[in-house]
Amino acid sequence: MTQRPTPVLRGEERAYFDRARERELVYQRCRTCDATQWYPRVVCIRCSGTDLELTAASGNGTIHSFTTLYRAGHPSRAADVPYTMVLVDLVEGVRVFGELVDVPPAAARIGLPVEVGFQDVTDDLTLPVFRPKGGAIDAR
Amino acid sequence: MRGEVAVVGISEIDPFESRGRSPVGLMAEASRLAVADAGLRLSDIDGLFTASSVYYTPSLTFAEYTGLNPRYSDSTVVGGSSFEAHVGHAAAAIRSGLCDYALVTYGSTQRSDRGKLVSQAEWLPYEQPYGMIHPISPMALIAHRHMHEFGTTSEQLAEVAVSARKWALRNPQAPYRVPLTVDQVLASPMISSPLHKLDCCLVTDGGAALVLCATDRARDLPRPPVYVLGFGESADHRNISGMPDLTTTRAVDSAQRAYRMAGLTPADIDTANVYDAFTISLLVLLEDLGFVAKGEGGPFVASGAIAPGGSLALNTNGGGLSYCHPGMLGLFLLTEAVRQLRGDAGERQVTAATTALAHGMGLTLGAHATVILGTERAL
Ligand SMILES: [Zn+2]
Repeated sequence: MTQRPTPVLRGEERAYFDRARERELVYQRCRTCDATQWYPRVVCIRCSGTDLELTAASGNGTIHSFTTLYRAGHPSRAADVPYTMVLVDLVEGVRVFGELVDVPPAAARIGLPVEVGFQDVTDDLTLPVFRPKGGAIDAR
Repeated sequence: MRGEVAVVGISEIDPFESRGRSPVGLMAEASRLAVADAGLRLSDIDGLFTASSVYYTPSLTFAEYTGLNPRYSDSTVVGGSSFEAHVGHAAAAIRSGLCDYALVTYGSTQRSDRGKLVSQAEWLPYEQPYGMIHPISPMALIAHRHMHEFGTTSEQLAEVAVSARKWALRNPQAPYRVPLTVDQVLASPMISSPLHKLDCCLVTDGGAALVLCATDRARDLPRPPVYVLGFGESADHRNISGMPDLTTTRAVDSAQRAYRMAGLTPADIDTANVYDAFTISLLVLLEDLGFVAKGEGGPFVASGAIAPGGSLALNTNGGGLSYCHPGMLGLFLLTEAVRQLRGDAGERQVTAATTALAHGMGLTLGAHATVILGTERAL
């Protein structure tokens, strides 16, 4: 089995995945204008300010959109199809990309309440994933 | 800028399968043919505009391969919209005297390369580790959102592919010579829901080129000049999570800029060539370009509006869905627009077409460039 595609992490990108390793889904808040943005940047996308804090999100949100893959997007995922990618609107006001787990394809829907979980996909890489709030949905 | 620069030469080469040519070989052959179409020689070209997904510095690769020594070059890469952007950039460069004869060129062997190791130049650290299919999965996220907000259906999306095939049947260069039905699109394998295989563009090889110069020079050349009447660009995201609104794109802005410069409205456009990498991306763009109101794209395409005989003569060569999509389609949108305005489109000719729009989009609807072209009568 081939390994998951592993990003080359540089600078602030590292901080995001280091915190994921610690079971935290982080986002940034600008101390100057209060704007929020998902992944860490060195500037605020609203005011170009640099006084940014990296904060753990609650991990709660709803599905903004989803797609179920019936062909693997990478050889490492061939045994996993079908699997579902989601955009989730977190209650903190940022939109994040991730995978939906514990939900059969037919039950995936826009508006579904979800919470974050974490998957250690390699020795160095932990990915945030999303599960339905209130527990796994059965494939029936 | 309106009417100050014109397209004077075009070409397409091997739009399905390369006949033994490398990507730069396709660029070179297309360029040779386009320059000849313009009544020029390659040595007349002093401005070079190109983009590539295989060459890191395509203007250098091309210059060395052809012996060209341009005094101005621009290898702006904004995905499939690069070539519409190049037209605007070339017009600006010509106007300011930085070059006299501009060549826009592209070549790809994406079909012949299938199954071979493709270099991964750039990683998207926050999305790629999940193993999504780029760009199909982001487009599928857009499709589900459009369905949720506006009630768009898979049947309506399939109509986009069906209309494209109807046009392709009038194009002798198009690869598939049989009609397509909605049922066939829906029965094709689901790749990334709700998008089926036949909601996606073809994977082809192909090369194309286009030559531009100032209007006064253009009038001395053999082919009827096709004038650049309007141009606009806009861009906003690389990751799908960074797309501010999944159902409205910056094509709204690029088109507005182009229409304003041209002094035209969507109703004035005789034929349009709009990037159709996927059925859904075309549907969203038809709304954003003003051909139909936001959210009404589904019923619009289902009514036959974009098929031959419909209200909008769209992608008359069959587009990326049914003619040619060699990695990036942008240049082929322009060559078809020029062909229509010259009256050279054969069985698919739009009667008395004097204005044409070409809209390129890049990646997952993240980059946009709109070009409006016209004949002498539209000036
Ligand atoms: Zn700020």
